[in-house]
Amino acid sequence: MKSVDATLEHDVTFASEMEKVRADFPILKLKVNGKPLVYLDNAASTQMAQPVIDRLVYYQTSQHANVHRGVHYLSETATLEYEGARQKLQRFVNAREDREIIFTSGTTEAINLVMHGYGRKFIKADDEIILTTLEHHSNIVPWQMLAEETGAKIRVVPINDAGELLIDEYEKLFNHRTKFVGLIHVSNALGTINPVKQMIAFAHMHGVPVLVDGAQAAPHMKIDVQDLDCDFYVFSAHKLYGPTGVGMLYGKAKLLESMQPFKGGGEMIASVTFEKTTYNTIPHKFEAGTPPIAAAIGFGAAIDYLLSIGIDEIHTCEMELLHYATELINALPGVHVIGTAASKTSVLSFVVDGIHPHDIGTLLNQEGIAVRTGHHCAQPIMQRFKIPATSRASFAFYNNRSEVDAFIAGIHTVQKLFS
Amino acid sequence: MINAKSLYQEVILDHNRKPRNYGALSNANHHAIGHNPLCGDRLDISLNLEDDHIDGIAFQGESCAICKASASMMTAAVKGKSRGDAEILIHEFRDMATGKLDLDNPHHLGRLTVFSGIQELPTRVKCAILPWHTLHAALNSVMSASTEAENDPIHLSAGNG
Repeated sequence: MKSVDATLEHDVTFASEMEKVRADFPILKLKVNGKPLVYLDNAASTQMAQPVIDRLVYYQTSQHANVHRGVHYLSETATLEYEGARQKLQRFVNAREDREIIFTSGTTEAINLVMHGYGRKFIKADDEIILTTLEHHSNIVPWQMLAEETGAKIRVVPINDAGELLIDEYEKLFNHRTKFVGLIHVSNALGTINPVKQMIAFAHMHGVPVLVDGAQAAPHMKIDVQDLDCDFYVFSAHKLYGPTGVGMLYGKAKLLESMQPFKGGGEMIASVTFEKTTYNTIPHKFEAGTPPIAAAIGFGAAIDYLLSIGIDEIHTCEMELLHYATELINALPGVHVIGTAASKTSVLSFVVDGIHPHDIGTLLNQEGIAVRTGHHCAQPIMQRFKIPATSRASFAFYNNRSEVDAFIAGIHTVQKLFS
Repeated sequence: MINAKSLYQEVILDHNRKPRNYGALSNANHHAIGHNPLCGDRLDISLNLEDDHIDGIAFQGESCAICKASASMMTAAVKGKSRGDAEILIHEFRDMATGKLDLDNPHHLGRLTVFSGIQELPTRVKCAILPWHTLHAALNSVMSASTEAENDPIHLSAGNG
């Protein structure tokens, strides 16, 4: 009995600790349609904690100038803080060197950078690119554009009814023409966590580099690019409690050095004459123009904040919410969860018999509840399940059980309205 | 701010449960398919145009309740009307849904004004307009309409998916 009491005590302490964390997010005090906001669209974009907002304000009020340009105080300060954010990202993903971290405008631009910088240089006609059914459009369309341009072919890894990749089928796709793998770490539409380490190891046995789209993974789990041995890893700040407009590309230094620049302009050059331009070294070769300095520094502050909460604590809290919500939603008749993988993040995608997801979204909004409805930029998944769209609730560590209760009650209300 | 729930309760749910003129039309001489790629909604409208009058009209497809109710009420409203009168309704409905119609001025929308609140749900404007879009395409024998096509016969200026 003693151990049970101790566990309960731990749970209560943990819950109240997480409730305190909630106070860090000013937007959560908002009322929508007269009801307290219940923000369950965290897989689309997360909210920002006060310390991160404060960091942005401090930068803008006391530290702003252009980076890598001037010799004056503010330019030096801004450069130090911007490069400091790069080092925070390096430590966050455990990259060997900070020059392996490229700031981009987000996950999408990072993938496009790899497509242009690596794909257009090394992938030729009849070469094959392996993608999965779970990819977000941002890891499909750039490769289709490349395939159209070069005559390369796209091969797709299928999924089972739970929304899990069929690893046997993945392995069967490899042959001597396979030149690249694009792999989503966690499905944004279903929450499935893919066995990326194992898949990367298999690709490397065939000498094939792998890009991992970690947009939905980095906010939820420890990312170690050396342990994964991925060749490229990409994610965005705004899904990680940071600002919009910035993301990162990790690439192995050797690969980044072998690649052609993506955008031309200032900062990415070593010297320019009208006869010839020599490019700067990495990471600057890929950061043409003035970067999103404030957003990058905010990205670093968001990572500091996340680490101050603790990735393990975040994981525990989110899993608790997912299991609680899954149990309650499964008890509602006529509601079907799409994506039931054994290994999942806190994403709950579902359909309701006879009610279109957009109607659910509009009516839940009436109760102050924010969920995502639609195809989640992952139409191949919708086609696989033969549905046009789903509703999706995605939980963050600042959500709590009473919000899950409000969400479940909201679905029940919608069902009653339509009955 | 309108109450979306009351909008649903008043009219949308009735037409969603019992859509009027739902199905295919056997003697149709005009037909169009409307598509909203942002949400996957598809609407199939067939009509029989005799001497420039809409003798018969029917619709079917997969869509949200707002789109289905709009289609249901639209078919009831334009049945028996001339092509010209239908086009007037199409324009008035679109202007109402996008907040460009002053309902205090004379118009021909009648009961269709229950959809006037949709302008306050900008993400759902396209759901309400899709049937009207598709009707316009059918009347002009454009075989497919989309809420996203650049060269669409009715260019939408408001709403997003």
